[in-house]
Amino acid sequence: MSFINQHLPALIILLPLLAAPICLLLRRGWLVAMPVCVLLLLLTILLLMRVMDAGVISYELGGWEPPFGIEYRIDAANALVALLIGLISAVVMIFAKRSVESELSTDRYSLFYSLWLLCITGLLGICITGDAFNVFVFLEISSLSGYGLIALGKGRGASLAALRYLIMGTLGGTFLLIGIGFLYAATGTLNMADITARLPQAANQRTVIAAMAFCFTGIGIKLAAFPLHQWLPEAYARAPSAITAWMASTATKVAAYALMRFVFTIMAAGGVAAAAVTQIGVPLAVGGMLIGSAIAIYQTELKKLLAWSSVAQIGYILLGIALASEAGLRAALLHMLNHGLIKGALFLALGCMIYRLCKEGGEIKLSQLAGISKRMPWTTAAFVAGGLSLIGVPLTAGFISKWALLEAALAANAAWLVVAILISSLMAVIYIWKIVEVAYFAEPAEDSATVTEAPASMLIPAWLLIAGNLYLGINSTFASDVAQRGAEALLAGVGT
Amino acid sequence: MMSTETLLSLSLIIPALGAIGVAASGRRPNLRESVTVLSGITLFACIALITSRYAAGERVDLLLGSLLPGLELRLTPEPLGLLFALLASGLWIPTSVYAVGYMRGNNEANQTRFYICFAVAIFAAMGIALAGNLITLFIFYEVLTLSTFPLVTHKGNADAKRGGRIYLGILLTTSIGLLLPAIVYTWHIAGTVDFVAGGILAGKTSPAMLALLYALFIFGIGKAATMPFHRWLPAAMVAPTPVSALLHAVAVVKAGVFTVLKITTYTFGLDLLTHTGASEVMMFIAAFTLLAASCVAMTKDNLKARLAYSTVSQLAYIVLGATLATAATIVGGGLHILMHAMAKITLFFCAGAIYTALHKTEISDLDGMGKVMPFTFAAFFIAALSIIGLPPLGGSWSKWWLMTGTVDADQYWILAVFGLSSLLSIAYLLPIPIRAFMRPARDNSYTGINEAPLASVAPLCLTAIGCIVLFFCAEPIVDWLMPITQDTTALAGATP
Repeated sequence: MSFINQHLPALIILLPLLAAPICLLLRRGWLVAMPVCVLLLLLTILLLMRVMDAGVISYELGGWEPPFGIEYRIDAANALVALLIGLISAVVMIFAKRSVESELSTDRYSLFYSLWLLCITGLLGICITGDAFNVFVFLEISSLSGYGLIALGKGRGASLAALRYLIMGTLGGTFLLIGIGFLYAATGTLNMADITARLPQAANQRTVIAAMAFCFTGIGIKLAAFPLHQWLPEAYARAPSAITAWMASTATKVAAYALMRFVFTIMAAGGVAAAAVTQIGVPLAVGGMLIGSAIAIYQTELKKLLAWSSVAQIGYILLGIALASEAGLRAALLHMLNHGLIKGALFLALGCMIYRLCKEGGEIKLSQLAGISKRMPWTTAAFVAGGLSLIGVPLTAGFISKWALLEAALAANAAWLVVAILISSLMAVIYIWKIVEVAYFAEPAEDSATVTEAPASMLIPAWLLIAGNLYLGINSTFASDVAQRGAEALLAGVGT
Repeated sequence: MMSTETLLSLSLIIPALGAIGVAASGRRPNLRESVTVLSGITLFACIALITSRYAAGERVDLLLGSLLPGLELRLTPEPLGLLFALLASGLWIPTSVYAVGYMRGNNEANQTRFYICFAVAIFAAMGIALAGNLITLFIFYEVLTLSTFPLVTHKGNADAKRGGRIYLGILLTTSIGLLLPAIVYTWHIAGTVDFVAGGILAGKTSPAMLALLYALFIFGIGKAATMPFHRWLPAAMVAPTPVSALLHAVAVVKAGVFTVLKITTYTFGLDLLTHTGASEVMMFIAAFTLLAASCVAMTKDNLKARLAYSTVSQLAYIVLGATLATAATIVGGGLHILMHAMAKITLFFCAGAIYTALHKTEISDLDGMGKVMPFTFAAFFIAALSIIGLPPLGGSWSKWWLMTGTVDADQYWILAVFGLSSLLSIAYLLPIPIRAFMRPARDNSYTGINEAPLASVAPLCLTAIGCIVLFFCAEPIVDWLMPITQDTTALAGATP
């Protein structure tokens, strides 16, 4: 046990990294990936517990002392995001078995699962590393495997969506690399804590500002922050259902975390980066919230509708970050967790419907849902519950995030942000209710008579996430405590 | 002997168990309806017991859980809330009996869903009545909105869908768009959202902000149907009549005006409102609503539509009482919740009985029908007199107290508004029984007495008698309510 405890941060990376090739070698996909994900969930829970006990954990990879070796550095903020990844991966992996069997051809199973494990590795790596260059390495691992996963979706659209994401993602990765390069040029180190300490003495502040701009933009693309979001709806809509649910809940959250880390930890000195992120981030966040929701209202293809809603929800997270206050970061961290659970649940419920309604997989139109509540009552109920959480109805997780965000906006004396948040929520009412009306009031189509409830292995994961939503809606004290500690840890360096 | 805390939790558990019991016994209608009536009786007994203990001087509050640190779900009984809880649980019993007659008499579909939602709505009403702070109240308020949506759209046709859209659209828009920010802002400036006798906002913000906040609250409480947010009430009349009776004469609308009275006394405080004049603008809007809705009611030939607008007008009495912010008008408002509920539920019961027995919905078709349905129209006449405010009927007392209060507040013009409105209510209510009894029948297909089933007629006779009884027991109720207008800490519940 003490061995596990001591090497916890390394194990979290090594486990999925080593399991990925084993998937390919054994020609077994799910059978390898499922236990790995369960183990990962346990490890991330353990990690969060330790962080809440002991404060910041620093782990020297291979025993090399930082700044020479790579340091893994974990505080409440990244432990929370790591737990989200562990949780969503385990839950979606249960769902994936049947869903993938219906959407992919048999010879691709092992490839699919090994790519997925690599992608998990990448995201977890970004989370826990304390080394700026290492962030780039893990970002590329997750991106490259992510392009592959999206391309494995049904139909020709998937390859095109993956290509578009590839172009945008490569741009983002390159920008981040240039930014990190500039930081290295200015400070001569890559360790985050070391960069923070040396930045104020950097000879050329213009280099630092350029580095900041490159990092913002690079991470902004991965985050799908408005107006760098164009890749997202198409990629979510074309990817296999399980991947859509998984990516929507984790990938953008990790990018949001990376943004926080760069702005508030690495470039903390003097609070210049924090001031800049407020000036640039707030308008972009509001733009994303309003435009994302408005476009979602007009979507008839459901995966795209939820994807556009994600653009809006990313706006909320970015807004919390951009407020650059403790309350704002707390709200952002809470919403990262809550939105992960909400969107995961919604995409899983949608995945169940796709499994039953679309024999060819892929697209599902609003009209296909006519009267679905009679055929798949539990799936539809899960979708409605997730939708209510997305709107932010009390007793759901969505309400807690909205409350925290409104509180942060008021603390910043920004009444117009309160108005923007509420307008965006009300638009969510419209696009969710549009689906509910069709599902409950429209007459079912003739050919849907044979449609039955989704299999338990797909329905239970969706309800697990709904249960998480309801639990966090009723009792968020622990989550809020973690988020508060995370926000404090992130802001610890600012202003010094 | 059960502790009062247990009784408090039972007041939520009984209707919840009722809903589960109804769901479980869905296949056996007799058992299902017995469960409904039985839960009604036990709930009423439970609330009565809490009330008697409160009267004996026992002060308790019950912590249900905590959403975020400091943001607690809490039940705290106080006189006004107990009155509302007694009213809603008490009228649930005759309504259940009435519903059995109505639903069977009209062969309505999905009766099990109907009774489940009904029980959930009562559950929410209990939560609103006993809520110890704004956030608890808000949560149950939203549960009430969502649980009544399936009741409003019960028929499932295009009309019901349209009505449901307006219902949900207005209630969710106002609550998320106006009420929620009002609560968050209160939390932000006062640091608490507890209900404290004398209010929590004194000295926290400027009079102009207070006036804005008060307007946000009043408009945000869409269930109080203050113009221009009253449209949901007539739209909700597509619901089966028992729904209109209990929910749109008692639970939903009264939850709205109850919330208005509650925030007026326990969040703002009467002293603060009279000193700053923060409620003055809303006074004009309430007065306008009062008169305008009466005028609209006169133009409606559909019986339920006329009753709906009459409700809008009567609710405005209570809102007006709240905005006047004197002890007498608050007591008058509280009294009017009770008196109007008793009278209006009788009127709706009559409308439903007429529909069940004669299948008539328009007032102009009712000529001469008094001889066919003598009990129903006699009850209608009594209840109409109570709404108008004539002794010896309950409605006269609430109007008396409201009018006394306008004199206390030196707002004599409102006295004229009340007088005019009483005349208008004579003009729109009395012609109905007059037509039924005095004019010759145009439709001669009915000879002799043709009443609705006994299960429908007995409750409406009972509530009509209730209108008379209330006239004679108004004094203890006034004594019961008077303490809420006093700024004493003795009332703040168990908190020392």
